[in-house]
Amino acid sequence: MPPLAQRNLFHDKVRLTVTLTGIVFSVVLIVVQLGLFLGFTTATSGLIDHSGADLWVTSKNVPYVEQGTAFSERKLNQVRATPGVADAQKIIAHWTQWKRHDGGQDSVQVVGINVDDRLEQPWNLVEGRVEDLKAPDAVILDELYKQKLGVSRVGEVFEIGGYRARVVGFTRGIRSFTTSPYVFTSFKNAQDFTNMREDQTLFILVKVAKGADVEQVRRELLARVKEVEVLKTAEFSRMTTFYWMFTTGAGVAVLIAAVLGLVVGFVVVAQTIYATTMDHIREYGTLKAMGAPNSYVYKVIMKQAAISAVIGYALGMIVSLFVVQGSQKGGAAILMPPSMAAGMFFVTLFMCVGAALVSINKVTHIDPAMVFKG
Amino acid sequence: MQAAIEVRDLTKKYEEGLAGTLALRGVDLDVHAGEMLMLMGPSGSGKTTLLSIMGCILTASSGSVRVAGREVVGLREKDLPALRLAHIGFVFQGFNLFPTLSAEENVELMLDLKGVSAAKSKKRAQELLEQVGLGEKYASFPADLSGGQKQRVAIARALAGDPGIILADEPTAALDSHTGRNVMEMMSELAHKRGRAVVIVTHDSRVVSFADRIVKIEDGMVAAPEVEMVPAGMLVQSVGQSAVSVV
Repeated sequence: MPPLAQRNLFHDKVRLTVTLTGIVFSVVLIVVQLGLFLGFTTATSGLIDHSGADLWVTSKNVPYVEQGTAFSERKLNQVRATPGVADAQKIIAHWTQWKRHDGGQDSVQVVGINVDDRLEQPWNLVEGRVEDLKAPDAVILDELYKQKLGVSRVGEVFEIGGYRARVVGFTRGIRSFTTSPYVFTSFKNAQDFTNMREDQTLFILVKVAKGADVEQVRRELLARVKEVEVLKTAEFSRMTTFYWMFTTGAGVAVLIAAVLGLVVGFVVVAQTIYATTMDHIREYGTLKAMGAPNSYVYKVIMKQAAISAVIGYALGMIVSLFVVQGSQKGGAAILMPPSMAAGMFFVTLFMCVGAALVSINKVTHIDPAMVFKG
Repeated sequence: MQAAIEVRDLTKKYEEGLAGTLALRGVDLDVHAGEMLMLMGPSGSGKTTLLSIMGCILTASSGSVRVAGREVVGLREKDLPALRLAHIGFVFQGFNLFPTLSAEENVELMLDLKGVSAAKSKKRAQELLEQVGLGEKYASFPADLSGGQKQRVAIARALAGDPGIILADEPTAALDSHTGRNVMEMMSELAHKRGRAVVIVTHDSRVVSFADRIVKIEDGMVAAPEVEMVPAGMLVQSVGQSAVSVV
């Protein structure tokens, strides 16, 4: 096929620029919004997803991890005695106040763990070791929040909930969805920092024995341990994500923005391809007069849409990569896994081809007799 | 011998408002291979409508139109493009070349529609351009060609489909007399040396000497029922008892 589609497309450089700008804008907006959505969901449930546990024991009616209510730590023994349980540890995840050197205070979420156990340990350490949390008053936080909490180096001492706290390490990439950073410490310290009684805990994490059925163990725990809820990790993760993303409306907002990005791209591409089609309407009439079937004419238009999609996608991805990279140091990470990048190609193609349907409809109804009008 | 185009009792009515408008009424006409027929008359007389129906672009309201032996009245709209592609080549007043394609690519487009491979299309396009005297202009774009050169590219494109019928609508209207004459010589060759049936719609009196037959259409009516003699033995023929009326 002679390069009619390409030539017509590149012939009007201003219009092509407008088309590509619209596509790039749409691609970047969708990537940013979906990337934020992914980043948010990762942040909301990171603590649960990285716990290493199969089951979470909570008080009844705990809708998300930040809403844990205290129960007796004696239930830990009942949990450990349940058949199929390989390991069980108490943990605390609760808000308290961090006092900076300048006297200002910030809300933080203290995560209290058994330092000797593998469950719910801080991940991605870039400075210090988990074992350093054994030291009195030791805490580990993410380097993202150094400035917010007034921390500059390991060894600095601060006050949490009225108690002394010493920074012994930093992680990288552990974000909190709320404005309150996670601060990892020992279980005992966490009880002090959050003013919790010594005989209480907020959660019990359970690791199921190799070969045991998680659901079976869950039912056993429910039968043996009274006044608690037992949730699979994935389920608790979903509940927490759902609360933050949809009950608060945050997720809906970014999804709406992503859809708006798609709509904007669709409208811009539809308008410019339609304008290009109208500019060349006589040529399409000539094609039909020559004996071209409608499908041939459609191919020309679709080719223009596809070329625009490919170029617009490539440019949009380049811009998106810069944006994604730049967000890594910020409070809200924009994530773009390879599957999303690949999926965006098809979204872009669908958007452009769909937009071209407006022009398809127009050329379908061209009267070839128009070619006789001088 | 069967005519390339046979028109019998052709009527064309445009549906406008309550009554509609009769553009052609009861037309009878034959066009034979190897002849050049001119449809002449002032603007609005219905000659382009007749050409459009013969070219399977417009559909008739009633009557019979046989193109290359096939009845086209009553065919579905979607069947007409294939018929045009197989049997008819068009030459337009405004040339109707594709401005973003070179002369060669304009001709290749027709070959692509016919399903000819890219390599063969290229070779054939160059041959055709050589035949119309534009062998050195195959890479030129329409904007770089004169009016006469553009029309010759259009003729090459019309021939690329190897049609038995060439329909031309005012092919010399945008050309000066010298260039127009060159184009008409080419059209005449198509008819007399290559055996095509050539129908030309024109109101350019400069080109009448090229016609084998002239059919006059005027204000929707045949000018006169009598046969008129014209210079060089040309025959001006009415469409007999039928009348051609125009809105």
